[in-house]
Amino acid sequence: MRSPEEFNEDRWLDEEAGPIVRPYVMTRGRTEPTRGKFDLISLVVATRTPSPVEIGLGPEHLTILRLCDDFLSVAEIAARMDLPAGTIRVLLGDLLDRGFIDVQEPHPETELDDDCFYQAVIDGLRSL
Amino acid sequence: MDFGRSERGGGRKRIPSAIKILIAGGFGAGKTTLVGAVSETTPLRTEETLTNRSVGVDDISGVEAKATTTVAMDFGRITIKDQYVLYLFGTPGQERFWFVWDELALGALGAVVLADTRKLADCFPSVDFFERRGTPFVVAVNCFEGARQYALDEVRMALGIAPSIPVILCDARKRDSGKEVLINLVQHAMLTRGKRPRPENVTS
Ligand SMILES: Nc1nc2c(ncn2[C@@H]2O[C@H](COP(=O)(O)OP(=O)(O)OP(=O)(O)O)[C@@H](O)[C@H]2O)c(=O)[nH]1
Ligand SMILES: [Mg+2]
Repeated sequence: MRSPEEFNEDRWLDEEAGPIVRPYVMTRGRTEPTRGKFDLISLVVATRTPSPVEIGLGPEHLTILRLCDDFLSVAEIAARMDLPAGTIRVLLGDLLDRGFIDVQEPHPETELDDDCFYQAVIDGLRSL
Repeated sequence: MDFGRSERGGGRKRIPSAIKILIAGGFGAGKTTLVGAVSETTPLRTEETLTNRSVGVDDISGVEAKATTTVAMDFGRITIKDQYVLYLFGTPGQERFWFVWDELALGALGAVVLADTRKLADCFPSVDFFERRGTPFVVAVNCFEGARQYALDEVRMALGIAPSIPVILCDARKRDSGKEVLINLVQHAMLTRGKRPRPENVTS
C-alpha cells in the first residue's frame, strides 16, 4: 500500500520499481493542454534546458525540447514525433506551464489586413 | 549541440510570424504534389482531431453532441527571409467533412482550390465553402496531360465564381508554377482584406 505522502503532482511512485515518471500514458489520459491554445502553426521554441533529473518530464517532453532548439510549429513537432497533434498539445501545455518554452501564436484572421504584410510575403515568394 | 541554446541567455531569439495557406481540391487533384513542389522539404504528415460542434443536439438532455473526426494532412513549409514561415496544408476534400475545413480555415491567409478539369465537379464543395466563409481563394487548374483543355473562362463559368476571383493554370509538379499560384493568392488576399491608403486623386 502506498502512503498518501508518496503521491504528489509530479512524481508517481511504484511499490516495486521505485519512482517512475509518466508511466504508460504520456499524457496521463488528458486530452486538453492545461495551458495554451496551440494552433497547428503556433511556433514553439525551447527557452531553457531541463536538469537531467527534472521531475515530471517524460522522454517525449525532452524530445520536444530538443526539437525546439530552433523554433518549430506544432504541426512539425507532431509530424517529427509521429504523434497526433492533440497529444503534442498536451505535452506542450506541460512545458509551457513549467516555463520551458516560448510559444508564438499566429495572428488572428481579423488582423490580416496590413498591406505591408502582404507585400512582404509577395516579395519574399518572388525572391525564393 | 548547445550552440543555439547557450546564446539564448542574452538576447531572445526572434521568432518569425507563421502564416497558414490551405491547398484544397478533390481526390487526386494534386494537393500533395503542389505542397511538395513549393516547400523546403518533402511534405510532412500530421493527424488532427477536429470537432463538429454543430452536429445536432441530444433531444432529451439538450446537450450538444460532439462528433470528432481525425484527419491526416500533408503540409510543407516555406521560410521567407527569417521573417515569415508559410505553412501549406493539403486539406482533405471530402464533402461530408466540411466542418473539418472550418477549423482548419481559421486564421488562414487564404486558400488555393486545385481543379482537375477531368473531374471539375470535385472542387465545387471547396469553392462553396471558401465563398461562404469569406476566405480569400484562387482556383488553380492543374494541367494533367491528356486532360481536355478547358479555356479558363469555361472553368470560371462552370464554377460560377465571381469575376474578381483569379482562375489560373498551373502544373502542380513545378516549383515555379506553384510559386506563381501562391503569389496570385497573396495578391488576391491583399485586395480582399488589405487596408491600403486609397489613392487621393482617383480619376473619375
Ligand atoms: N501529369 C500531371 N500529373 C500530376 C500533376 N499533379 C499531380 N499529378 C499526379 O497526380 C497524382 C495525384 O496527385 P496528389 O498530389 O497525390 O493529389 P492529392 O490531391 O494530394 O490526392 P489525395 O490526397 O489522394 O486527395 C499523383 O500521381 C501525381 O504525381 C500535374 O500537374 N500533372
Ligand atoms: Mg494528398
